[in-house]
Amino acid sequence: MSRVVFPARVLPYLLLSPQIAITAVFFYWPASQALWQSVLREDPFGLKTTFVGLANFRSVLADPNYLQSARVTVVFSVATALLAMAAALWLASAAERVVRGRGLYRTLLIWPYAVAPAVAGMLWLFMFNPAMGTFAYMLRRAGYNWDPLLDPGQAMTMVVVAAAWKQISYNFLFFVAAMQSIPRSLIEAAAIDGAGSTKRFWTIVLPLIAPTTFFLLVVNTVYAFFDTFGIIHAVTGGGPARATETLVYKVYNDGFVHLSLGSSAAQSVILMAIVILLTAIQFRFVERRVHYG
Amino acid sequence: MSLRTILAGTTGLSLVALASTPAFAVTELQWWHAMSGANNEVVDTLAKEFNDSQADYRIVPVFKGTYPETLNAGIAAFRAKQPPAIMQVFDVGTGVMMAAEGAMKPVAEVLEEGGYAFDKSQYLPGIVAYYSKPDGTMLSFPYNSSSPILFFNKDIFEKAGLDVANPPKTWSEVFEAARTIKSSGAAACGYTSTWLTWIHLENFAAWNNVSYGSNENGLAGPNVELALDAPIYVEHFQAIADLAKDGTFRYGGRTSEAKQLFLSGECGILTESSGGLGDIVKAGMNYGIGQLPFVEGEGRPQNTIPGGASLWVFGGLDDAQYKGVAEFFNFLSQTEIQVRLHQQSGYLPVTLAAYEATKASGFYEQNPGRETPITQMMGKAPTENSRGVRLANLPQVRDIANEEFEAMLAGSQDAETALKKLVERGNAAIREAVGSQ
Amino acid sequence: MQENRPLAGLVAHLVLVLGVLIVAFPIWYTFVASTHSLQTILSPPLPLVPGDRFLDNYGEALVGGIGQIGGVGIGRLLFNTAVMATAIAVGKIVISILSAYAIVFFRFPGRMVFFWLIFITLMLPVEVRILPTYKVMVDLGLIDTYTGLTLPLMASATATFLFRQFFLTIPPELVEAARIDGAGPMKFLRDILLPLSKTNIAALFVILFIYGWTQYLWPLLITSDSRMSTIVIALRKMVSFTDADTPWHLVMVVAILAILPPVMVVVLMQRWFVKGLVETEK
Repeated sequence: MSRVVFPARVLPYLLLSPQIAITAVFFYWPASQALWQSVLREDPFGLKTTFVGLANFRSVLADPNYLQSARVTVVFSVATALLAMAAALWLASAAERVVRGRGLYRTLLIWPYAVAPAVAGMLWLFMFNPAMGTFAYMLRRAGYNWDPLLDPGQAMTMVVVAAAWKQISYNFLFFVAAMQSIPRSLIEAAAIDGAGSTKRFWTIVLPLIAPTTFFLLVVNTVYAFFDTFGIIHAVTGGGPARATETLVYKVYNDGFVHLSLGSSAAQSVILMAIVILLTAIQFRFVERRVHYG
Repeated sequence: MSLRTILAGTTGLSLVALASTPAFAVTELQWWHAMSGANNEVVDTLAKEFNDSQADYRIVPVFKGTYPETLNAGIAAFRAKQPPAIMQVFDVGTGVMMAAEGAMKPVAEVLEEGGYAFDKSQYLPGIVAYYSKPDGTMLSFPYNSSSPILFFNKDIFEKAGLDVANPPKTWSEVFEAARTIKSSGAAACGYTSTWLTWIHLENFAAWNNVSYGSNENGLAGPNVELALDAPIYVEHFQAIADLAKDGTFRYGGRTSEAKQLFLSGECGILTESSGGLGDIVKAGMNYGIGQLPFVEGEGRPQNTIPGGASLWVFGGLDDAQYKGVAEFFNFLSQTEIQVRLHQQSGYLPVTLAAYEATKASGFYEQNPGRETPITQMMGKAPTENSRGVRLANLPQVRDIANEEFEAMLAGSQDAETALKKLVERGNAAIREAVGSQ
Repeated sequence: MQENRPLAGLVAHLVLVLGVLIVAFPIWYTFVASTHSLQTILSPPLPLVPGDRFLDNYGEALVGGIGQIGGVGIGRLLFNTAVMATAIAVGKIVISILSAYAIVFFRFPGRMVFFWLIFITLMLPVEVRILPTYKVMVDLGLIDTYTGLTLPLMASATATFLFRQFFLTIPPELVEAARIDGAGPMKFLRDILLPLSKTNIAALFVILFIYGWTQYLWPLLITSDSRMSTIVIALRKMVSFTDADTPWHLVMVVAILAILPPVMVVVLMQRWFVKGLVETEK
């Protein structure tokens, strides 16, 4: 990809400096402390500290729960990203098709995005928690054995749906914007050529919104991987029996609740490594297949 | 207008002026806590009353989230050398706090240095023992304490033909009553319980006088081997697992969520903290209260152990701050304050004087059942099995237990396997935690 | 689409109505709960239609209950949250546009190094590095300040990533033309790039405003003075899942009040955002 660029010596550094400064102070500085913490064994209050080398990493990687949690993360992230994107794409293409009431639908569909995860978790409990949820009662009365507190599959379904629910609006907003930027002439030309709406969707719309789709894929993966902590925390608390404990939740739980700082820091470091790898893969390989108009 | 009135008026004014001048040396004391809902209002009222009662110190209550969030905020602040004066720590965090010697100042010392004689015999023994070192030094100030009791729905009992005046006393009677409720169709579920760990492990051990773990459940030393796979636990949990199969027992969650199953009339019997009474009263249901059930056996029941939280004082504050904390704790121990806290919130009173005063006022006759959690705890002198459980990582051991119970209740393992795995994983986690201190 | 096919239109409407029902339901349900008495809420299942306690609950919450959340008025809480959300949104948009501009439209030594330095931070949430970050804030004396509330949350690359993606779609001819006209890089940024990015900026503002509005763990840790508290924290303060009784009917009112401002931002900005899109398109 060859781009036309501006010749300048100092300007780009000036432009970059605010972001680099903030990232250095609030990301790299704490991250380096986490790195240091990961080779220490320390009590929570920091009164006794021993250097243990890579012992924390060894015990994390030897822990079967850690591998289980990695599996949970993959299943959860893939399911959440797929569900959130597919539902949003479906709704966005339906919104493109209607003439009347388009604005109203759009307005109503973007509400959940404004709900804080801490609040969303509470709402989901109110609906689906077997002890207090209205829908839990309805499901059980209808003869379905709804018990996500004990059934790992149901618990996973519940967090995936809750997490995807929060993300649908976001994806919807972007898909609608992308679809609207497709030149009308292109689509009308295809329609005159006799392409049905389904065919038009697959051959014209989808390729043209590929950059947005790629962007959303990255954002949704990131979201599912890392930003669903609040929802998992409120909806299942990682249970039952660790069935919904993702890697990020485990970092939180081990560090924040169990106060094993060394192990938690080692997990953070491993996460950072995974993130760097994932980012590299996304930029190097996936992006190449995407056309920028 | 006479000269006198004018004079009086001026003096009055100047007095007001004096009082309202922000006293140059008001010592501010931050109190980090985890009290939400109605309890949050109680905290704010207490602070306000204390602040209005004197002019030298000002208690500033700060809500810091859930119990783990508050503990972490305190730890982070300590490590950043900006700790608050007082921090509320939940019962299971006691082990962590005790291990942090030097970070905290024992409450007994704070009170004595502040000019108040600390007399252990004025406090409720069961509660104070839980928050003291083995040598008897009180480390933290008990703030909200509760004890597990049994609630039952009188309407459901009547429908099922059970005796409302005579609630089940032993576990086998509870399980029997639960089966009757279910089979008679009086309710969809017979029995549920909040806090399986706190009620069915820690309190089960104390109440039935059986060991929870070696080293006097950790009170005599940090290296603990869990004893939770003993036959009495296996039988108890197998009975619950069997009842869970047809829905006679319903699982509500790891903490107090199961209360909702009782509130909605879905389950007829509930074991829950005495602090959960507020919601049950507000839901306007026809309920009864009974003692925590026990397993039939010689000398049982023994005594229950408290749950809840206590107030810890950070080390490294200056003398004025410690003096202020001592004043505040003295204020909290006042009989009328304790009486009010006890009667309004359902917490247990901390001092014996408050208990006696409540008794004398006839409160327990008007509110039958409210004395149950206290008598359960005070009934007998505690044994080495019933003084409490102290592990450096009790929250983690509880999580392990919950995970194994969930797998058991889902039907993927029996009680014996669950408890064996709990002991194995719990012991490994304890060794790891003790090693890091 | 523009041809008249009533059946397809009907199906599309059906899909959308269903979508709205599912997606907006939890919020509707919160509203429903905020109009029932505490007793009704405490004995599930909760009805699906509003109750008759609308005026009572909202009156009680606005006049009585709210003032008691840590002794801070609801106005102050909403103000803090709004300041936090706006500062994060504006700050992040400004620094992201600048850095994305530098990365896409310039070639300079170390460009890839900076690129990776920034994009590695794309994915790590604040929760994972929260304790060390807290220590940094104490060292810098930023506890209980708006700076402390906002600055660390700007340290992520999502916005930069979005602008980079958008800048990559700018036709090279535009840059070429600007250079031939003798326009300098800052003039190009101001006169051409910014106007073209209008809709992206609007969308990002919404996204970041809401990101800021919904924060929980960070403001909880960084504020000790309740006058610096936010509405989400105040809401959690009212809810007790453990011992204490919770005034659920009032909690639901506060939940509605906490949801409303960001919803307003979304709805109002969306209008502008869509209008802008349509105008540039046609």
